Amino acid sequence: MTDLSFVRGEIVGQRPAPRRSTGAVAWMKNNLFSSVGNTIMTVASVLFVLWLIPPLYNFLIGDAVFTDPEGLRGQACRIEGVGACWVFIRARFGFFMYGFYPDSEIWRVNLMFAIGIVLIIPLLVPKMPFVRTAAVLFFVVYPVVAYFLMAGGIFGLRQVPTGQWGGLTLTLIISLIGIILSMPIGILLALGRQSRLPIIKACCVGFIELWRAVPLITVLFMAAVMFPLFMPRGVSPDTLLRAIIGIVLFESAYMAEVVRGGLQAMPRGQYEASAALGLNKVKTMGLIILPQALKHVIPGIVNTFIALFKDTSLVSIIGIFELLNTVRAAGSDVNWSSPTHAVTGYIFAAFVFWIFCFGMSRYSIYMEGRLHTGHKR
Amino acid sequence: MTDATNNEPVTRTGSGHGASLINNPKFRAVIYQAAMLLGVVLLIWWLQSNAAYNLGQQNKSIGFGFLNSTSGFQIGFSLLPYERASTYFDVYLVGIVNTLLVASIGIVLATMLGFTIGIARLSPNWILRKLAMVYVEVMRNIPLLLQLFFWYFLLLNALPAVRDSYALGDLVFLNQRGLYLPAIVSDGRFLIVVAGFLIALGAAIWFRRRTIKKIEETGDRKPIWLPMIAIFAVIFAIAYFGSGAPVELDFPELRGFNYAGGFQVPPELTALILGLVIYTSAFIAEVVRAGIQSVSYGQVEAAEALGLRESDRMRLVVIPQAMRVIVPPLTSQYLNLTKNSSLGAAIGFPELVSVFAGTALNQSGRAIEIIALTMAVYLTFSLLTSIFMNWYNARVALVER
Repeated sequence: MTDLSFVRGEIVGQRPAPRRSTGAVAWMKNNLFSSVGNTIMTVASVLFVLWLIPPLYNFLIGDAVFTDPEGLRGQACRIEGVGACWVFIRARFGFFMYGFYPDSEIWRVNLMFAIGIVLIIPLLVPKMPFVRTAAVLFFVVYPVVAYFLMAGGIFGLRQVPTGQWGGLTLTLIISLIGIILSMPIGILLALGRQSRLPIIKACCVGFIELWRAVPLITVLFMAAVMFPLFMPRGVSPDTLLRAIIGIVLFESAYMAEVVRGGLQAMPRGQYEASAALGLNKVKTMGLIILPQALKHVIPGIVNTFIALFKDTSLVSIIGIFELLNTVRAAGSDVNWSSPTHAVTGYIFAAFVFWIFCFGMSRYSIYMEGRLHTGHKR
Repeated sequence: MTDATNNEPVTRTGSGHGASLINNPKFRAVIYQAAMLLGVVLLIWWLQSNAAYNLGQQNKSIGFGFLNSTSGFQIGFSLLPYERASTYFDVYLVGIVNTLLVASIGIVLATMLGFTIGIARLSPNWILRKLAMVYVEVMRNIPLLLQLFFWYFLLLNALPAVRDSYALGDLVFLNQRGLYLPAIVSDGRFLIVVAGFLIALGAAIWFRRRTIKKIEETGDRKPIWLPMIAIFAVIFAIAYFGSGAPVELDFPELRGFNYAGGFQVPPELTALILGLVIYTSAFIAEVVRAGIQSVSYGQVEAAEALGLRESDRMRLVVIPQAMRVIVPPLTSQYLNLTKNSSLGAAIGFPELVSVFAGTALNQSGRAIEIIALTMAVYLTFSLLTSIFMNWYNARVALVER
């Protein structure tokens, strides 16, 4: 009988420890130097960052002018090779925020913002009390109050024509009105587009596709030059109102398409279930379908809001002094003939727009997670 | 307006007798639609009568006869022959061609940059990924108009004077007055070269298709790219040298205080394209990233299990599935870019809106006609895009069992 068993006579040498999979070195090995190509990309990226950062730093901070000994008159920036002229922003900050609004009345704008912030906090922060009250106040009462605060003319407030409104205030006003109005119009259009009734459907489809096909700037031109022609004699809405109407019509078409996406994603079973409960069409829509459909498309809705916020900058083309136009106007001021103040103005405006848009997109991501109450699979 | 269900409403039993007409869904549908139609007709009639009255007050009428009258203004940049004596219709054409020029260059460059950044966002390399993310988040959250103003300002103010132009060899020059590129100079024989190019391209594509078909039938791997390039090069070379090499490049040259010769790109066009490409590529990058991420990893693993090599895994499995997700939003980004090119009006590039809905409108005062003609152009673009999209969606639709 052959002996099939085997017993090792000597001890096996120790194997090397497995590669570390935690810690800084291992992380770098996995993420930065995992292969030759990866290493090349790392080196190239680092070189790119090193090439980009120093001039940016020098322009924005290193060589920048923060203080003006002569009292914000722009002398400090009139040196060759100087960096960003932050003095310019400080000097014209009021103009960027309020436009031509009379100095003595600026408290009204601030009061309007303060009321707005107080009302909007319960709407944005989850689990705050008085949500319903705040919603009614914000969407119904606040626009009226804000309008009279801005325009004046009652309670002894001085009248301020819309031509004097401007700056970031005006940007926020236009986008807020656009958001508040384009939402319900968009929902109605989306419902109309889903309708079985051919005439209603055709009207809604025609309206949506017409506005979505043309650039906003032609809509604004149209609002500026054609609108008065179509109004009855004697009625001539001011430029701001025309621009707002143009923006609302334009954005509601986009909103309609977003909402339609949500409606189409609703399974038939939801309609059938609500029919089984004996709900009529209006209740089915209001209580069952829309709440779910809108929840589905929150990212799309917020994207439309962001687009609307960015699009408000286009009203500067028809001569309205919103933020971008105030920055441009101040940039071509002859008293400030420095090489960098105009660019600094653009950077400032870009930063303000960026903060708002980025904030909105982050907030939508947060809300999306919170409203995800369905079955997570 | 609230009828969103597709199911036919069930007529209640007994509604024919006794029950009021109001509860009959068919009758109500007719009423709703009649009301809507009446409303729309009334609105249009009201607007039209206002317009007729207002135009009557100004002694104007609607008509397109003005298109044949002389425009009398100059256009800064035009690919078509244009002079002061040209008509408003020529202005319209110049505007359309300039818009198409910006759109086509912008689309090509934005696609290249957007795909690069979209792929970089998925790179295994941490730094590259974060850089791409910063680019996307910064660029798409700043209004395009602001970016255009910024680039235009930089091109006019931060670039060197003519004497100290940035130069790329002796071919390309960049200074305050614009970008100077070599121009193609040729005569009638240029058509032969173009035809030769198209034939060569067609032959190469035909060869590729045939080879791939053969590979799929027999399983034998055969080289594709090298023969393809060779076929293209040979046919094109025959056409080019056979017609006597009729194409020459005209290089820009510093003469006196300015560059002469070559093709001059005005700073407005450079700024417009730069802004459009940077802005749109951020959106395209997101589209590409979402498309590639939508292909589940199981597909890659399945392809690996089938023994496909890495390049084939991407080419045959991942990319076709990702393209189905990428193409529809990509075309709508292209349409957005085309529409956004109208912002050239703000920095003075003579595209359709600036030159036709701006200058021509102010001169002729024909607001309604000009805005309608302008919108018609964009409507056509949008219609063509949606026709393409429907065709593509039908072509790539999943065939479900």
